[in-house]
Amino acid sequence: MTAPPPAFTLEAFTNLGFWSGVLVIAGIYAVVALGLQLNVGYTGIVNFGQAGFMAVGGYSMAILVLEAGFSFWLALPAAILITMAFGVLIGLPSLRLRADYFAIVTLAMAEVVRLVAQNARGLTGGNKGLYCEYEGASQTCFDDSWRSVSDSILGFVENFWSDPEVLLPLLLVVWATVAIGIVFLEYVQRTPWGRVLRAVREDEDAARALGKNTFLCKLQSLAISAVLGALAGFFLALFLATIHPDDYEPIVTFFAFGVLILGGLASYRGVAIGAIVVWTLLEGTRFVELPISEEKAAALRFAIVGLVLILLMAFRPQGLFGKREEMVLGD
Amino acid sequence: MEASTAPAGPAPGESLREFARGHPQAVAFSVIVLMVAILVGAYGLHEVAQSTLNGLTLGVVYALGAVGLTLVYGILRLVNFAHGDFLTFGAYMAYLVNVTWGMPLVAGIFFAMAATALLGFVSERVMWRPMRAKGAGWLHLMLMTIGLAFLIRSAVQWFWGTQIRTLDVNITDSVSFLGLRIGQTELVVVVVGIAVLLAVGLIVRFSLLGKQMRALSDDMALAETAGIDTRRVILYTWLFAGGLAGLAGVLSGALTSLRPELGFELLLPIFAAVILGGIGNPFGALTAGLVLGIATEWSTLVIEPRWKVTIGFVALIIALIIRPQGIFGRAKEI
Repeated sequence: MTAPPPAFTLEAFTNLGFWSGVLVIAGIYAVVALGLQLNVGYTGIVNFGQAGFMAVGGYSMAILVLEAGFSFWLALPAAILITMAFGVLIGLPSLRLRADYFAIVTLAMAEVVRLVAQNARGLTGGNKGLYCEYEGASQTCFDDSWRSVSDSILGFVENFWSDPEVLLPLLLVVWATVAIGIVFLEYVQRTPWGRVLRAVREDEDAARALGKNTFLCKLQSLAISAVLGALAGFFLALFLATIHPDDYEPIVTFFAFGVLILGGLASYRGVAIGAIVVWTLLEGTRFVELPISEEKAAALRFAIVGLVLILLMAFRPQGLFGKREEMVLGD
Repeated sequence: MEASTAPAGPAPGESLREFARGHPQAVAFSVIVLMVAILVGAYGLHEVAQSTLNGLTLGVVYALGAVGLTLVYGILRLVNFAHGDFLTFGAYMAYLVNVTWGMPLVAGIFFAMAATALLGFVSERVMWRPMRAKGAGWLHLMLMTIGLAFLIRSAVQWFWGTQIRTLDVNITDSVSFLGLRIGQTELVVVVVGIAVLLAVGLIVRFSLLGKQMRALSDDMALAETAGIDTRRVILYTWLFAGGLAGLAGVLSGALTSLRPELGFELLLPIFAAVILGGIGNPFGALTAGLVLGIATEWSTLVIEPRWKVTIGFVALIIALIIRPQGIFGRAKEI
């Protein structure tokens, strides 16, 4: 039992620290869910392995920096390539399966990744996680380079804002990624390739009959999603300043699905708004004074997500911004 | 078991590959026999027998969980991610009776089975039947099962917290026979589990309800045309699946401990058993569950025990890649 939380006041909602935390985590989930939107909303492949891609991205970045001596800026593209290759490797055998089998096998894949992270202690630090490497008096952390950049951004901002939020640089980078992701994906959706994806979602056999290589399209869709997962993995690692197996449980993917469904299938912008709504709700409840322990409050937050999922599916399956005419999935 | 329904024997001159394709059970059986032979050669009969016995305890949990999951999956094409949390629910119901109320474990088992069966029944009436009437697709239903899983787990966490709890079972005494040792609780779990699994097999094979359930799993429209009251059979299927999940949860809780993640951690290996056994095939799920539990324990002979949880996942992924219709399934279902 911790001390009772402060009484519910609007103070929390004018608190910049609160909002920067919420927006960073919402942005990370928006990046994850953009990948899901491409897969689930536009290609019709139900990918339940985003947490696995995040873990592969985050861990390979940290391992490249700490163990292989890569510079942070080189490790980022290398980790993206690794995650992309991993996505292709997973997709090659499993994308031929029925949609529901694919969902289960991607979930199992993500769990294998997490269990490997937990047990391959030499490489991943096991349950201690990864952060810094000590050599004598000097220490190297995977986010050293990022923190120096972050500090210089903060130093620049201080010119016209005396006491900036420490999370501001990360917040800017995360939401810039979300914005670029949305512009890129919305553009891609209008290209011939994007139309083939939709055709695959509507009727894969018909698309194949027209001579489209639907398997390749699905594989590319999954690879892009894996890249977005890797980016989210980097951001999560920078946000938490550690990489730990528990941060990549299947629950992450399920929450991202909550964001996706609330935002609405087949709407990239909806995903961004869905992420903000979900995390404002979840974090905002921390400021409501309830005569219950922290454990029960956590259970309650968890229950809210479950209830939102059930009620949305039952009464508004297209979410906030989804298009009902694009809801062919799952027929 | 289902082996009798396998395609007729190979024509002379047919290649080995085609034989393997037509007789997946024979191939699976040979692989298992080969594995046993290698393990016995490397580690000795006693070690292998002991780990088989240990593996049986996990195997009955997997098998009990898998039978219900496969029936629901086969009949309703509902990928029930809440099934693992049905197990959790059952385990905590037994805790309520066994520890909080101080009654014997047997009473806890019956209460857990009844309560979890009721949970399945209620979920069908409140969620799945109305959603099917609306024409919801499988993805919608699957996301709803995730929501239900969250609700059940958070309810458990609300009432019992996240700390580890144990049922009132004897964890110190053990029994020896033929030079093998098994804990008293483990022995009870294996005996109860095997007995119930036998009963389940008989019910599914010979009873009218079992035949109806298999008919629905095979072809819902055809079963309806044949005059089966599908609504009633679906409700009974949920009772059946829930009851078995509750039992599996209690047995798992008795073997180790109770925590809110208990069921979810078992869900993927149970899915592995369902898919290995061929979706909708209760005999396949039962056999695959037992084999998977035992194989998990065998793996500790070769690799470090902390890796053994990955066996279920790896089996699932390999099975889906090599033979997605499972050992007992037919290709047309894919």
